[in-house]
Amino acid sequence: MTARLRLLLLSLLIGGVSLLPFLWFVLTSFKAPAEITAIPPRLIPSFDWSAYSSAISKYGLLNYMKNSALVAIATTALALVVAAPASYALVRFRLPWGRACLMLFLAVSMFPQIAIAGPVWQILNALELLNTFSGLIAVYVALSLPLAVWILATFFNELPLEIEEAAQVDGFSRRQILTRVVLPMAAPGLFTAAILIFIHAWNEFFFALLIMTNPDRQTLPVGIALFPGEYTMPWGEIAAASTMATLPLIALTLLFQRRIVRGLAAGAVKG
Amino acid sequence: MNESPWVALRYLFCALVLIGLFFVFPILDSLRLSFFRLILAFPWLGEKFVGLENYRDLFTDPIAFKALLTTLVFVAVTTSLEVTFGLGIALVLNETFRGRGLLRALVLIPWAIPTVVSSQMWRFIFNDQYGVLNAFLPDALKASYGAPLADPELAPIAIMIAEVWKTTSFAALIILAGLQSIPDELYEAGSIDGMSSWQQFRNITLPLVKPALLLALLFRTIDALRVFDLVFVMTQGGPADATNVIQYYGYKKIFAEGMVGYGSAVAVGIFIVSLVLSLLYIRTVGARLLEAEAK
Repeated sequence: MTARLRLLLLSLLIGGVSLLPFLWFVLTSFKAPAEITAIPPRLIPSFDWSAYSSAISKYGLLNYMKNSALVAIATTALALVVAAPASYALVRFRLPWGRACLMLFLAVSMFPQIAIAGPVWQILNALELLNTFSGLIAVYVALSLPLAVWILATFFNELPLEIEEAAQVDGFSRRQILTRVVLPMAAPGLFTAAILIFIHAWNEFFFALLIMTNPDRQTLPVGIALFPGEYTMPWGEIAAASTMATLPLIALTLLFQRRIVRGLAAGAVKG
Repeated sequence: MNESPWVALRYLFCALVLIGLFFVFPILDSLRLSFFRLILAFPWLGEKFVGLENYRDLFTDPIAFKALLTTLVFVAVTTSLEVTFGLGIALVLNETFRGRGLLRALVLIPWAIPTVVSSQMWRFIFNDQYGVLNAFLPDALKASYGAPLADPELAPIAIMIAEVWKTTSFAALIILAGLQSIPDELYEAGSIDGMSSWQQFRNITLPLVKPALLLALLFRTIDALRVFDLVFVMTQGGPADATNVIQYYGYKKIFAEGMVGYGSAVAVGIFIVSLVLSLLYIRTVGARLLEAEAK
Protein backbone atom coordinates (compact mmCIF):
# COMPACT_ATOMS: atom_id res chain seq x y z
CA MET A 1 0.00 0.00 0.00
CA THR A 2 1.51 3.28 -1.01
CA ALA A 3 1.76 6.18 1.43
CA ARG A 4 -0.67 8.24 -0.68
CA LEU A 5 -3.34 5.58 -0.59
CA ARG A 6 -2.89 5.10 3.15
CA LEU A 7 -3.28 8.84 3.68
CA LEU A 8 -6.43 8.88 1.55
CA LEU A 9 -8.00 6.00 3.46
CA LEU A 10 -7.14 7.55 6.82
CA SER A 11 -8.58 10.88 5.69
CA LEU A 12 -11.78 9.19 4.59
CA LEU A 13 -12.03 7.37 7.91
CA ILE A 14 -11.41 10.51 9.98
CA GLY A 15 -13.73 12.67 7.87
CA GLY A 16 -16.43 10.01 7.87
CA VAL A 17 -16.40 9.42 11.60
CA SER A 18 -16.45 13.20 12.21
CA LEU A 19 -19.29 13.92 9.84
CA LEU A 20 -21.56 10.90 9.50
CA PRO A 21 -23.17 10.68 12.96
CA PHE A 22 -24.26 14.30 12.79
CA LEU A 23 -25.27 14.02 9.14
CA TRP A 24 -27.54 11.15 10.17
CA PHE A 25 -29.22 13.40 12.73
CA VAL A 26 -29.64 16.19 10.16
CA LEU A 27 -31.20 13.71 7.71
CA THR A 28 -33.53 12.55 10.47
CA SER A 29 -34.82 16.10 10.83
CA PHE A 30 -36.01 15.98 7.21
CA LYS A 31 -38.01 12.80 7.64
CA ALA A 32 -41.73 12.39 8.01
CA PRO A 33 -42.72 10.78 11.35
CA ALA A 34 -43.34 7.38 9.75
CA GLU A 35 -39.86 7.39 8.18
CA ILE A 36 -38.17 8.06 11.53
CA THR A 37 -39.71 4.99 13.11
CA ALA A 38 -39.19 2.80 10.03
CA ILE A 39 -37.31 -0.45 10.63
CA PRO A 40 -34.80 -0.82 9.07
CA PRO A 41 -34.04 2.93 9.02
CA ARG A 42 -34.37 4.75 5.71
CA LEU A 43 -31.18 6.47 4.68
CA ILE A 44 -32.57 9.07 2.32
CA PRO A 45 -35.30 11.26 3.78
CA SER A 46 -38.26 12.53 1.77
CA PHE A 47 -37.31 16.11 2.75
CA ASP A 48 -40.42 16.59 4.73
CA TRP A 49 -40.37 19.82 6.74
CA SER A 50 -43.02 18.79 9.25
CA ALA A 51 -40.47 18.27 12.05
CA TYR A 52 -39.36 21.89 11.66
CA SER A 53 -42.85 23.35 11.53
CA SER A 54 -43.89 21.25 14.53
CA ALA A 55 -40.73 22.21 16.48
CA ILE A 56 -41.54 25.86 15.80
CA SER A 57 -45.29 25.82 16.39
CA LYS A 58 -45.57 23.23 19.17
CA TYR A 59 -42.25 23.51 20.97
CA GLY A 60 -41.34 27.20 20.54
CA LEU A 61 -38.06 26.59 18.73
CA LEU A 62 -37.81 30.17 17.50
CA ASN A 63 -38.19 31.51 21.02
CA TYR A 64 -35.32 29.31 22.25
CA MET A 65 -33.20 30.53 19.36
CA LYS A 66 -34.02 34.15 20.13
CA ASN A 67 -33.09 33.65 23.80
CA SER A 68 -29.84 31.91 22.89
CA ALA A 69 -28.90 34.62 20.39
CA LEU A 70 -29.63 37.38 22.90
CA VAL A 71 -27.66 35.72 25.69
CA ALA A 72 -24.70 34.74 23.50
CA ILE A 73 -24.37 38.14 21.79
CA ALA A 74 -24.71 40.13 25.04
CA THR A 75 -22.23 37.83 26.79
CA THR A 76 -19.70 38.21 23.98
CA ALA A 77 -19.92 42.00 23.91
CA LEU A 78 -19.81 42.46 27.68
CA ALA A 79 -17.04 39.93 28.22
CA LEU A 80 -14.83 41.79 25.72
CA VAL A 81 -15.60 45.16 27.31
CA VAL A 82 -14.63 43.80 30.73
CA ALA A 83 -11.68 41.68 29.60
CA ALA A 84 -9.93 44.17 27.30
CA PRO A 85 -8.91 46.77 29.91
CA ALA A 86 -8.19 44.03 32.44
CA SER A 87 -5.86 42.13 30.10
CA TYR A 88 -4.19 45.36 29.04
CA ALA A 89 -3.48 46.35 32.63
CA LEU A 90 -2.17 42.86 33.43
CA VAL A 91 0.18 42.82 30.44
CA ARG A 92 1.46 46.41 30.40
CA PHE A 93 1.26 47.94 33.87
CA ARG A 94 4.01 45.92 35.58
CA LEU A 95 1.84 45.28 38.60
CA PRO A 96 3.45 43.51 41.55
CA TRP A 97 0.35 41.32 41.85
CA GLY A 98 -0.27 41.03 38.09
CA ARG A 99 1.20 37.57 37.95
CA ALA A 100 -0.91 36.37 40.87
CA CYS A 101 -3.93 37.82 39.13
CA LEU A 102 -3.24 35.91 35.91
CA MET A 103 -2.77 32.75 37.96
CA LEU A 104 -6.11 33.36 39.71
CA PHE A 105 -7.85 33.68 36.33
CA LEU A 106 -6.19 30.49 35.16
CA ALA A 107 -7.14 28.64 38.34
CA VAL A 108 -10.81 29.61 38.42
CA SER A 109 -11.29 28.46 34.83
CA MET A 110 -10.68 24.95 36.09
CA PHE A 111 -13.30 24.95 38.83
CA PRO A 112 -15.87 22.19 38.38
CA GLN A 113 -19.24 23.94 37.94
CA ILE A 114 -20.82 22.07 40.84
CA ALA A 115 -18.25 23.50 43.26
CA ILE A 116 -19.70 26.99 42.74
CA ALA A 117 -23.24 26.20 41.56
CA GLY A 118 -25.09 26.30 44.89
CA PRO A 119 -23.76 29.70 46.05
CA VAL A 120 -24.08 31.16 42.53
CA TRP A 121 -27.75 30.16 42.61
CA GLN A 122 -28.11 31.75 46.08
CA ILE A 123 -26.48 35.01 44.91
CA LEU A 124 -28.78 35.30 41.92
CA ASN A 125 -31.72 34.42 44.13
CA ALA A 126 -30.78 37.16 46.61
CA LEU A 127 -30.40 39.68 43.78
CA GLU A 128 -33.71 38.50 42.27
CA LEU A 129 -31.90 37.63 39.07
CA LEU A 130 -33.04 34.01 38.73
CA ASN A 131 -35.01 33.50 35.51
CA THR A 132 -33.72 36.77 34.08
CA PHE A 133 -31.46 37.30 31.10
CA SER A 134 -29.34 39.73 33.14
CA GLY A 135 -28.62 37.00 35.69
CA LEU A 136 -27.64 34.39 33.14
CA ILE A 137 -25.55 36.89 31.16
CA ALA A 138 -23.73 38.07 34.32
CA VAL A 139 -22.75 34.48 35.11
CA TYR A 140 -21.71 33.81 31.51
CA VAL A 141 -19.55 36.96 31.38
CA ALA A 142 -17.79 35.78 34.54
CA LEU A 143 -17.37 32.26 33.10
CA SER A 144 -15.92 33.69 29.85
CA LEU A 145 -13.44 36.03 31.53
CA PRO A 146 -10.59 33.57 32.09
CA LEU A 147 -10.57 32.55 28.41
CA ALA A 148 -11.06 36.14 27.17
CA VAL A 149 -8.33 37.57 29.39
CA TRP A 150 -6.00 34.77 28.45
CA ILE A 151 -6.42 35.22 24.70
CA LEU A 152 -6.32 39.03 24.82
CA ALA A 153 -3.27 39.06 27.10
CA THR A 154 -1.47 36.81 24.62
CA PHE A 155 -2.33 39.13 21.72
CA PHE A 156 -1.53 42.38 23.62
CA ASN A 157 1.78 40.91 24.67
CA GLU A 158 2.80 40.42 21.06
CA LEU A 159 2.10 44.02 20.03
CA PRO A 160 5.23 46.16 19.59
CA LEU A 161 5.71 48.31 22.67
CA GLU A 162 7.37 51.08 20.62
CA ILE A 163 4.09 52.17 19.04
CA GLU A 164 2.46 52.61 22.43
CA GLU A 165 5.49 54.52 23.70
CA ALA A 166 5.38 56.78 20.64
CA ALA A 167 1.69 57.45 21.29
CA GLN A 168 2.54 58.32 24.87
CA VAL A 169 5.18 60.82 23.65
CA ASP A 170 2.54 62.31 21.36
CA GLY A 171 0.49 63.07 24.44
CA PHE A 172 -2.07 60.27 24.28
CA SER A 173 -3.59 59.39 27.63
CA ARG A 174 -3.56 55.80 28.86
CA ARG A 175 -7.15 55.34 27.87
CA GLN A 176 -6.58 56.80 24.40
CA ILE A 177 -3.62 54.48 23.88
CA LEU A 178 -5.84 51.52 24.73
CA THR A 179 -8.87 52.53 22.67
CA ARG A 180 -7.18 54.17 19.67
CA VAL A 181 -3.88 52.32 19.36
CA VAL A 182 -3.92 48.96 21.10
CA LEU A 183 -7.46 47.74 20.42
CA PRO A 184 -7.36 48.45 16.66
CA MET A 185 -4.04 46.63 16.41
CA ALA A 186 -5.35 43.73 18.46
CA ALA A 187 -8.55 43.46 16.40
CA PRO A 188 -7.77 39.89 15.26
CA GLY A 189 -7.34 38.88 18.89
CA LEU A 190 -10.62 40.51 19.88
CA PHE A 191 -12.34 38.75 17.05
CA THR A 192 -10.88 35.36 17.94
CA ALA A 193 -11.89 35.81 21.58
CA ALA A 194 -15.37 36.90 20.46
CA ILE A 195 -15.92 33.74 18.40
CA LEU A 196 -14.82 31.44 21.21
CA ILE A 197 -16.91 33.28 23.84
CA PHE A 198 -19.95 33.22 21.56
CA ILE A 199 -19.63 29.49 20.93
CA HIS A 200 -19.22 28.81 24.65
CA ALA A 201 -22.24 30.93 25.60
CA TRP A 202 -24.37 29.39 22.86
CA ASN A 203 -23.51 25.87 24.05
CA GLU A 204 -23.52 26.29 27.82
CA PHE A 205 -26.00 24.01 29.55
CA PHE A 206 -25.28 23.54 33.26
CA PHE A 207 -25.89 27.07 34.52
CA ALA A 208 -28.64 27.72 31.99
CA LEU A 209 -30.45 24.68 33.44
CA LEU A 210 -30.14 25.99 37.01
CA ILE A 211 -30.88 29.65 36.37
CA MET A 212 -33.67 29.48 33.79
CA THR A 213 -36.59 27.39 34.98
CA ASN A 214 -39.15 29.49 33.13
CA PRO A 215 -39.58 27.80 29.69
CA ASP A 216 -40.14 31.17 28.01
CA ARG A 217 -36.63 32.29 28.89
CA GLN A 218 -34.72 29.04 28.42
CA THR A 219 -31.89 28.80 25.92
CA LEU A 220 -31.59 26.24 23.12
CA PRO A 221 -29.44 23.66 24.95
CA VAL A 222 -31.92 23.56 27.84
CA GLY A 223 -34.83 23.37 25.42
CA ILE A 224 -33.19 20.52 23.52
CA ALA A 225 -32.20 18.61 26.67
CA LEU A 226 -35.66 18.89 28.22
CA PHE A 227 -37.66 18.22 25.05
CA PRO A 228 -40.92 16.86 26.38
CA GLY A 229 -42.13 13.51 25.15
CA GLU A 230 -45.44 12.11 26.28
CA TYR A 231 -45.22 8.47 25.20
CA THR A 232 -42.47 8.47 22.61
CA MET A 233 -39.63 10.92 22.14
CA PRO A 234 -40.35 13.44 19.36
CA TRP A 235 -37.10 12.56 17.56
CA GLY A 236 -37.90 14.49 14.41
CA GLU A 237 -38.44 17.70 16.37
CA ILE A 238 -35.35 17.11 18.53
CA ALA A 239 -33.28 16.56 15.39
CA ALA A 240 -34.75 19.70 13.81
CA ALA A 241 -34.00 21.81 16.88
CA SER A 242 -30.50 20.30 17.09
CA THR A 243 -29.83 21.11 13.46
CA MET A 244 -30.98 24.69 13.96
CA ALA A 245 -28.85 25.01 17.11
CA THR A 246 -25.76 23.69 15.37
CA LEU A 247 -25.91 25.36 11.96
CA PRO A 248 -24.79 28.82 13.16
CA LEU A 249 -21.84 27.24 14.92
CA ILE A 250 -20.81 25.11 11.96
CA ALA A 251 -21.05 28.20 9.75
CA LEU A 252 -18.87 30.16 12.19
CA THR A 253 -16.40 27.32 12.46
CA LEU A 254 -16.06 26.81 8.72
CA LEU A 255 -15.73 30.55 8.05
CA PHE A 256 -13.18 31.19 10.74
CA GLN A 257 -11.48 27.84 11.22
CA ARG A 258 -7.95 29.23 10.98
CA ARG A 259 -8.71 31.86 13.57
CA ILE A 260 -10.35 29.36 15.92
CA VAL A 261 -7.46 26.95 15.63
CA ARG A 262 -5.02 29.77 16.31
CA GLY A 263 -7.14 31.06 19.22
CA LEU A 264 -7.26 27.65 20.86
CA ALA A 265 -3.54 27.32 20.31
CA ALA A 266 -2.95 30.79 21.78
CA GLY A 267 -4.96 29.83 24.80
CA ALA A 268 -3.39 26.44 25.15
CA VAL A 269 0.03 26.06 23.68
CA LYS A 270 1.52 29.50 23.36
CA GLY A 271 -0.10 30.68 26.58
CA MET B 1 5.32 51.57 32.04
CA ASN B 2 4.44 52.00 35.69
CA GLU B 3 1.02 52.97 36.83
CA SER B 4 -0.29 53.60 40.29
CA PRO B 5 -2.18 50.65 41.74
CA TRP B 6 -5.35 52.75 41.76
CA VAL B 7 -5.30 53.29 38.02
CA ALA B 8 -4.66 49.59 37.50
CA LEU B 9 -7.53 48.75 39.80
CA ARG B 10 -9.84 50.83 37.63
CA TYR B 11 -8.92 48.77 34.58
CA LEU B 12 -9.36 45.54 36.47
CA PHE B 13 -12.33 46.48 38.61
CA CYS B 14 -15.19 44.81 36.70
CA ALA B 15 -13.20 41.67 36.02
CA LEU B 16 -12.17 41.28 39.64
CA VAL B 17 -15.70 41.91 40.91
CA LEU B 18 -17.15 39.27 38.59
CA ILE B 19 -14.44 36.73 39.38
CA GLY B 20 -14.86 37.42 43.07
CA LEU B 21 -18.65 37.23 43.00
CA PHE B 22 -19.04 34.16 40.79
CA PHE B 23 -15.91 32.13 41.53
CA VAL B 24 -14.05 33.08 44.70
CA PHE B 25 -17.00 33.76 47.00
CA PRO B 26 -18.97 30.70 45.81
CA ILE B 27 -16.11 28.28 46.36
CA LEU B 28 -15.55 29.63 49.88
CA ASP B 29 -19.27 29.52 50.57
CA SER B 30 -19.48 25.92 49.35
CA LEU B 31 -16.71 25.10 51.80
CA ARG B 32 -18.59 26.83 54.63
CA LEU B 33 -21.89 25.13 53.77
CA SER B 34 -20.19 21.72 53.77
CA PHE B 35 -19.86 22.04 57.57
CA PHE B 36 -23.59 22.65 58.01
CA ARG B 37 -26.74 20.62 57.82
CA LEU B 38 -29.08 22.46 55.51
CA ILE B 39 -31.94 20.63 53.81
CA LEU B 40 -34.22 22.74 51.66
CA ALA B 41 -37.12 20.32 52.05
CA PHE B 42 -37.01 20.78 55.85
CA PRO B 43 -36.52 24.53 56.27
CA TRP B 44 -37.58 24.39 59.91
CA LEU B 45 -34.37 22.48 60.73
CA GLY B 46 -32.47 25.63 59.81
CA GLU B 47 -28.76 25.80 59.17
CA LYS B 48 -27.04 23.75 61.84
CA PHE B 49 -23.27 23.51 62.25
CA VAL B 50 -22.33 19.82 62.20
CA GLY B 51 -18.56 19.99 61.86
CA LEU B 52 -17.13 17.17 59.78
CA GLU B 53 -20.27 15.05 59.82
CA ASN B 54 -21.01 15.61 56.11
CA TYR B 55 -17.49 14.46 55.26
CA ARG B 56 -17.85 11.40 57.47
CA ASP B 57 -21.06 10.60 55.60
CA LEU B 58 -19.33 11.22 52.29
CA PHE B 59 -16.57 8.73 53.05
CA THR B 60 -19.07 6.04 53.97
CA ASP B 61 -21.52 6.82 51.13
CA PRO B 62 -21.34 3.84 48.74
CA ILE B 63 -23.06 5.78 45.93
CA ALA B 64 -20.57 8.65 46.19
CA PHE B 65 -17.71 6.17 46.13
CA LYS B 66 -19.16 4.43 43.10
CA ALA B 67 -19.68 7.80 41.41
CA LEU B 68 -16.04 8.69 42.00
CA LEU B 69 -14.94 5.35 40.59
CA THR B 70 -17.25 5.69 37.56
CA THR B 71 -15.89 9.18 36.91
CA LEU B 72 -12.24 8.16 37.22
CA VAL B 73 -12.75 5.25 34.84
CA PHE B 74 -14.57 7.60 32.45
CA VAL B 75 -11.73 10.13 32.64
CA ALA B 76 -8.96 7.56 32.24
CA VAL B 77 -10.54 5.78 29.28
CA THR B 78 -11.78 8.83 27.37
CA THR B 79 -8.69 10.99 27.78
CA SER B 80 -6.29 8.26 26.74
CA LEU B 81 -8.41 7.44 23.68
CA GLU B 82 -8.75 11.12 22.81
CA VAL B 83 -5.02 11.75 22.98
CA THR B 84 -4.25 8.60 20.97
CA PHE B 85 -6.82 9.34 18.25
CA GLY B 86 -5.94 13.03 18.46
CA LEU B 87 -2.30 12.24 17.73
CA GLY B 88 -3.35 10.11 14.76
CA ILE B 89 -5.58 12.83 13.36
CA ALA B 90 -2.93 15.49 13.96
CA LEU B 91 -0.32 13.40 12.13
CA VAL B 92 -2.64 13.12 9.12
CA LEU B 93 -3.49 16.83 9.21
CA ASN B 94 0.21 17.68 9.44
CA GLU B 95 0.86 16.09 6.02
CA THR B 96 0.45 18.23 2.92
CA PHE B 97 -2.20 16.89 0.57
CA ARG B 98 -5.11 18.17 -1.43
CA GLY B 99 -8.28 18.44 0.63
CA ARG B 100 -6.42 18.99 3.89
CA GLY B 101 -8.43 22.17 4.60
CA LEU B 102 -11.65 20.26 4.06
CA LEU B 103 -10.54 17.47 6.38
CA ARG B 104 -9.61 19.96 9.07
CA ALA B 105 -13.05 21.57 8.73
CA LEU B 106 -14.72 18.15 9.08
CA VAL B 107 -12.65 17.37 12.17
CA LEU B 108 -13.84 20.63 13.73
CA ILE B 109 -17.52 19.68 13.35
CA PRO B 110 -17.81 17.55 16.50
CA TRP B 111 -16.02 20.30 18.42
CA ALA B 112 -18.51 22.93 17.20
CA ILE B 113 -21.63 20.93 18.05
CA PRO B 114 -23.22 21.81 21.41
CA THR B 115 -22.72 18.95 23.86
CA VAL B 116 -26.45 18.72 24.47
CA VAL B 117 -27.00 18.23 20.73
CA SER B 118 -24.33 15.56 20.39
CA SER B 119 -25.80 13.84 23.45
CA GLN B 120 -29.28 13.72 21.93
CA MET B 121 -27.70 12.56 18.67
CA TRP B 122 -25.95 9.60 20.32
CA ARG B 123 -29.03 8.84 22.36
CA PHE B 124 -30.92 8.51 19.09
CA ILE B 125 -28.18 6.39 17.52
CA PHE B 126 -28.25 4.07 20.55
CA ASN B 127 -32.06 4.00 20.65
CA ASP B 128 -33.34 0.46 21.07
CA GLN B 129 -36.16 0.70 18.51
CA TYR B 130 -35.16 3.17 15.79
CA GLY B 131 -31.45 3.45 16.56
CA VAL B 132 -29.20 3.13 13.56
CA LEU B 133 -26.69 1.14 15.61
CA ASN B 134 -29.03 -1.78 16.18
CA ALA B 135 -30.18 -1.68 12.55
CA PHE B 136 -26.62 -1.99 11.25
CA LEU B 137 -25.53 -4.65 13.70
CA PRO B 138 -24.42 -7.70 11.74
CA ASP B 139 -26.73 -10.71 11.96
CA ALA B 140 -24.26 -12.64 14.10
CA LEU B 141 -24.64 -10.00 16.80
CA LYS B 142 -28.41 -9.69 16.49
CA ALA B 143 -28.68 -11.68 19.72
CA SER B 144 -27.24 -8.72 21.59
CA TYR B 145 -29.72 -6.41 19.86
CA GLY B 146 -30.91 -4.29 22.69
CA ALA B 147 -31.02 -0.99 24.49
CA PRO B 148 -27.43 -0.03 25.24
CA LEU B 149 -28.45 2.97 27.35
CA ALA B 150 -30.63 0.77 29.56
CA ASP B 151 -27.88 -1.78 30.13
CA PRO B 152 -25.67 -1.07 33.17
CA GLU B 153 -22.66 -2.56 31.40
CA LEU B 154 -23.12 -0.89 28.03
CA ALA B 155 -24.34 2.54 29.15
CA PRO B 156 -20.93 3.70 30.47
CA ILE B 157 -19.36 2.59 27.19
CA ALA B 158 -22.02 4.50 25.26
CA ILE B 159 -21.33 7.77 27.07
CA MET B 160 -17.60 7.25 26.59
CA ILE B 161 -18.10 6.84 22.84
CA ALA B 162 -20.16 10.04 22.77
CA GLU B 163 -17.49 11.91 24.76
CA VAL B 164 -14.56 10.69 22.67
CA TRP B 165 -16.37 11.52 19.42
CA LYS B 166 -17.10 15.05 20.60
CA THR B 167 -13.78 16.04 22.12
CA THR B 168 -11.06 14.22 20.18
CA SER B 169 -10.99 17.21 17.78
CA PHE B 170 -9.83 19.47 20.57
CA ALA B 171 -6.98 17.14 21.49
CA ALA B 172 -6.09 16.85 17.80
CA LEU B 173 -5.86 20.64 17.41
CA ILE B 174 -3.59 21.07 20.41
CA ILE B 175 -1.36 18.24 19.24
CA LEU B 176 -1.35 19.61 15.68
CA ALA B 177 -0.06 22.96 17.00
CA GLY B 178 2.71 21.03 18.72
CA LEU B 179 3.57 19.07 15.56
CA GLN B 180 3.75 22.24 13.49
CA SER B 181 6.37 23.70 15.78
CA ILE B 182 8.81 20.86 14.99
CA PRO B 183 11.32 22.22 12.45
CA ASP B 184 11.44 20.38 9.09
CA GLU B 185 15.23 20.35 9.22
CA LEU B 186 15.13 17.66 11.88
CA TYR B 187 13.26 15.31 9.56
CA GLU B 188 15.59 16.15 6.69
CA ALA B 189 18.56 15.35 8.91
CA GLY B 190 16.81 12.15 9.95
CA SER B 191 16.33 11.09 6.32
CA ILE B 192 19.96 11.78 5.51
CA ASP B 193 20.98 9.61 8.44
CA GLY B 194 18.85 6.86 6.93
CA MET B 195 16.14 6.74 9.57
CA SER B 196 12.97 4.94 8.57
CA SER B 197 9.72 6.85 8.98
CA TRP B 198 8.96 4.78 12.07
CA GLN B 199 12.35 5.67 13.54
CA GLN B 200 11.73 9.34 12.73
CA PHE B 201 8.40 9.12 14.51
CA ARG B 202 9.94 7.41 17.55
CA ASN B 203 13.06 9.56 17.81
CA ILE B 204 11.99 12.97 16.51
CA THR B 205 8.22 13.41 16.54
CA LEU B 206 7.29 11.69 19.78
CA PRO B 207 9.82 13.38 22.10
CA LEU B 208 9.17 16.83 20.62
CA VAL B 209 5.37 16.54 20.62
CA LYS B 210 5.32 15.25 24.19
CA PRO B 211 4.60 18.65 25.80
CA ALA B 212 1.59 19.09 23.50
CA LEU B 213 0.39 15.56 24.30
CA LEU B 214 0.68 16.24 28.00
CA LEU B 215 -1.13 19.54 27.62
CA ALA B 216 -3.98 17.94 25.66
CA LEU B 217 -4.18 15.19 28.28
CA LEU B 218 -4.39 17.65 31.16
CA PHE B 219 -6.92 19.90 29.44
CA ARG B 220 -9.09 16.93 28.62
CA THR B 221 -8.72 15.44 32.11
CA ILE B 222 -9.91 18.61 33.82
CA ASP B 223 -12.80 18.87 31.40
CA ALA B 224 -13.78 15.19 31.55
CA LEU B 225 -13.92 15.34 35.35
CA ARG B 226 -16.74 17.87 34.95
CA VAL B 227 -18.80 15.68 32.62
CA PHE B 228 -22.47 16.52 33.13
CA ASP B 229 -24.41 17.42 29.96
CA LEU B 230 -23.85 14.01 28.38
CA VAL B 231 -25.07 12.12 31.41
CA PHE B 232 -28.00 14.44 32.01
CA VAL B 233 -29.29 13.96 28.48
CA MET B 234 -28.32 10.38 27.69
CA THR B 235 -28.86 8.41 30.90
CA GLN B 236 -29.81 10.65 33.85
CA GLY B 237 -27.10 8.80 35.78
CA GLY B 238 -28.73 5.42 35.22
CA PRO B 239 -29.31 2.58 34.75
CA ALA B 240 -28.73 1.60 38.39
CA ASP B 241 -26.23 4.45 38.88
CA ALA B 242 -23.97 2.96 36.20
CA THR B 243 -23.29 6.41 34.72
CA ASN B 244 -23.82 8.45 37.88
CA VAL B 245 -20.70 10.64 37.62
CA ILE B 246 -19.62 12.89 40.48
CA GLN B 247 -20.78 16.19 39.05
CA TYR B 248 -24.21 14.69 38.31
CA TYR B 249 -24.36 13.22 41.82
CA GLY B 250 -23.54 16.60 43.37
CA TYR B 251 -26.14 18.30 41.18
CA LYS B 252 -28.79 15.82 42.27
CA LYS B 253 -27.94 16.17 45.95
CA ILE B 254 -28.03 19.98 45.95
CA PHE B 255 -30.66 20.85 43.38
CA ALA B 256 -32.99 17.85 43.13
CA GLU B 257 -32.90 16.66 46.76
CA GLY B 258 -32.10 20.04 48.35
CA MET B 259 -29.39 18.53 50.57
CA VAL B 260 -27.34 21.70 50.46
CA GLY B 261 -24.96 20.85 53.29
CA TYR B 262 -24.15 17.31 52.19
CA GLY B 263 -24.18 18.30 48.51
CA SER B 264 -21.64 21.01 49.29
CA ALA B 265 -19.36 18.42 50.85
CA VAL B 266 -19.67 16.41 47.61
CA ALA B 267 -18.89 19.61 45.65
CA VAL B 268 -15.84 20.34 47.79
CA GLY B 269 -14.66 16.76 47.26
CA ILE B 270 -14.97 17.18 43.49
CA PHE B 271 -13.15 20.49 43.78
CA ILE B 272 -10.24 18.90 45.63
CA VAL B 273 -9.92 16.09 43.07
CA SER B 274 -9.76 18.59 40.22
CA LEU B 275 -7.53 20.99 42.19
CA VAL B 276 -4.82 18.37 42.39
CA LEU B 277 -4.95 18.00 38.60
CA SER B 278 -5.17 21.78 38.06
CA LEU B 279 -2.01 22.36 40.07
CA LEU B 280 -0.21 19.92 37.85
CA TYR B 281 -1.61 21.79 34.84
CA ILE B 282 -0.64 25.24 36.11
CA ARG B 283 2.89 24.03 36.81
CA THR B 284 3.32 22.99 33.19
CA VAL B 285 1.34 25.67 31.35
CA GLY B 286 1.69 28.50 33.86
CA ALA B 287 5.47 28.36 33.68
CA ARG B 288 5.25 29.10 29.97
CA LEU B 289 2.80 31.93 30.50
CA LEU B 290 5.28 33.56 32.86
CA GLU B 291 8.10 33.11 30.38
CA ALA B 292 6.06 34.87 27.70
CA GLU B 293 5.27 37.63 30.16
CA ALA B 294 8.90 38.17 31.09
CA LYS B 295 9.91 38.63 27.44
